[in-house]
Amino acid sequence: MSSRYRYRYFDHEADIGIEALGKTVDEAFANAALGMFAIMAEPATVIPEQEVAVEFEEADIELALVTWLNRLLGQARLRGLIFCAFELEHEGDHWQGRAWGMPWRPGSERGTEVKGATLTMLKVEQGPKGWQARCIVDV
Amino acid sequence: MDLSRLKQLDDYCYTVPRAPGEARSEVLLYGSAPLLQTMDDMVLTQITNVAKLPGLVGPAMTMPDAHWGYGFPIGGVAAFDPDLGGIISAGGVGFDISCGIRCLRSNLSLGDAAPHFPKLADALFQAIPAGVGEEGTLKLTTHELDQIMSGGAEWAVHQGYGSEADLGLIEEHGKMRGAMSAKVSELAKRRQRGEMGTLGSGNHYLEVQVVEKIFDAQAAQAFGLHEGQIVVSIHCGSRGLGHQIGTDYLVSLAKAAGRLGIQLPDRELACAPINSPEGQEYLGAMNAAINVALANRQILAHLTRAVFAEVMPGSHLATLYDVSHNTCKLEQHPVEGRERLLYVHRKGATRAFGPNHPALPPDYKAVGQPVIIGGSMGTGSYVLAGTAEGERKAYSSASHGAGRAMSRNAALKRWHGRELIEQLKGQGILIRTKSLRGAAEEAPGAYKDVDLVAEATERAGLARRVAFLRPKVCIKG
Repeated sequence: MSSRYRYRYFDHEADIGIEALGKTVDEAFANAALGMFAIMAEPATVIPEQEVAVEFEEADIELALVTWLNRLLGQARLRGLIFCAFELEHEGDHWQGRAWGMPWRPGSERGTEVKGATLTMLKVEQGPKGWQARCIVDV
Repeated sequence: MDLSRLKQLDDYCYTVPRAPGEARSEVLLYGSAPLLQTMDDMVLTQITNVAKLPGLVGPAMTMPDAHWGYGFPIGGVAAFDPDLGGIISAGGVGFDISCGIRCLRSNLSLGDAAPHFPKLADALFQAIPAGVGEEGTLKLTTHELDQIMSGGAEWAVHQGYGSEADLGLIEEHGKMRGAMSAKVSELAKRRQRGEMGTLGSGNHYLEVQVVEKIFDAQAAQAFGLHEGQIVVSIHCGSRGLGHQIGTDYLVSLAKAAGRLGIQLPDRELACAPINSPEGQEYLGAMNAAINVALANRQILAHLTRAVFAEVMPGSHLATLYDVSHNTCKLEQHPVEGRERLLYVHRKGATRAFGPNHPALPPDYKAVGQPVIIGGSMGTGSYVLAGTAEGERKAYSSASHGAGRAMSRNAALKRWHGRELIEQLKGQGILIRTKSLRGAAEEAPGAYKDVDLVAEATERAGLARRVAFLRPKVCIKG
């Protein structure tokens, strides 16, 4: 893939749009997760010292993107972690992913909390340069 | 928004003519021409989609602060009749269920308090957990969470956070009936264990404000407000539990809608008939989240009082009122001369009961429900009062904030957090935040003119202005 970016943001009046690219749908979803967590903390400042597994069933590929992002948000908040690296693979309806990150450190610079990934402008599609995954997250 | 697509009904109300063969209810957009011109066209698309949902009674409406949301526009209001197949929509409530504002009035004047502002700002910033990843000192058991989900602010008062006097000044007396904690996922409950008594981030804030101008002396007197008085406004919601309920039900209701034969013009409108197991489950879970939000603001009010008492002994903070923004509530409203029980969705809109409504506290009966329009950290906020006209026009609903005029992305490109904080300090507004990014995103220039929103809200007849509040100290997440 000859894309210039892994993810980028697009304008939405109240919230934030994320558009991610990948050679595979799994890679595009992993990049979307990176884009989402980068809203909350600069990924370069996060140490990938803890690993968390995420697993779910979803036949609808667009709902799978939303479910993946929301599962990650749920796990991050549950464990008090901020993530910076992601891997995902799927076979049919079964999705299995991993995320790496660290606990929030006192005094560290915070970004803006993402409350959830929405279904608005949700799009997962394959183009000539690979897969694109797009959604708006509520902040 | 392109006003040529609209038909003007009066100076502050517009409609959208139906296209030939278009099957939908009426759409009403409240606001002035300048406000509507700044709105994204997606507001129109989204509210037109709402007007296609089954069981809608009357028009689908937007408030003067409306902006592009997800599913419903922010500032969207719509009422549904369960007996006509009316729906309840997770996208019509949002992720931050019962996000709202608690307003506290003090016995302090600006002159008394101003010398203490730097110390007060630091102490509040220390005492109020704010920002992404922050937890409170409360660590709740599952049993305690179940009690909060059914008890709301009443639970918090019984635990020593505030007093019984607060409860009468909170919507639903601080306790939303119909909560079903069994319909809340384990993950949602576990996420909330450390998040009670936290502010969150984004547009959430705790502000110390001064009453700068009184517009309506009678209502101000009823609300206990006078010029030069210090007040506190706390804007936050149901935290992780509410977010997780929104997450859980958004996907499950989007799937249910298809299964139940509801054609959704936008999947984000994820909904089910109110009189269906799916609809009842969401309703029960959403009510549980409302109680969590009410308890959260009650705890934060208590923490704020403790800081004020420490920094300024002898100070007193009484609850003026507590309003919720993102809800769906069963209410009685007159429709074509007949009283009907309707489920009113308010997504980024404030309930605004007019004078003599039975739900109002005795002291406010003559003047109507307090409505708080929260503005940006650099401009100010308004207290308004509900009107009889608003009951007829918009199911007793009004604006909830200034409303964004610019995306967060665009704001980040235009402002820098540190410079903005210094600039506001020069204007006499002290900001304390853990997020410079958040400060830039929340730049006053990224919001609509709150004066125009409050004025349009009044002139549209939705609520009348009572007081303008100028920020002096702002704690942001």
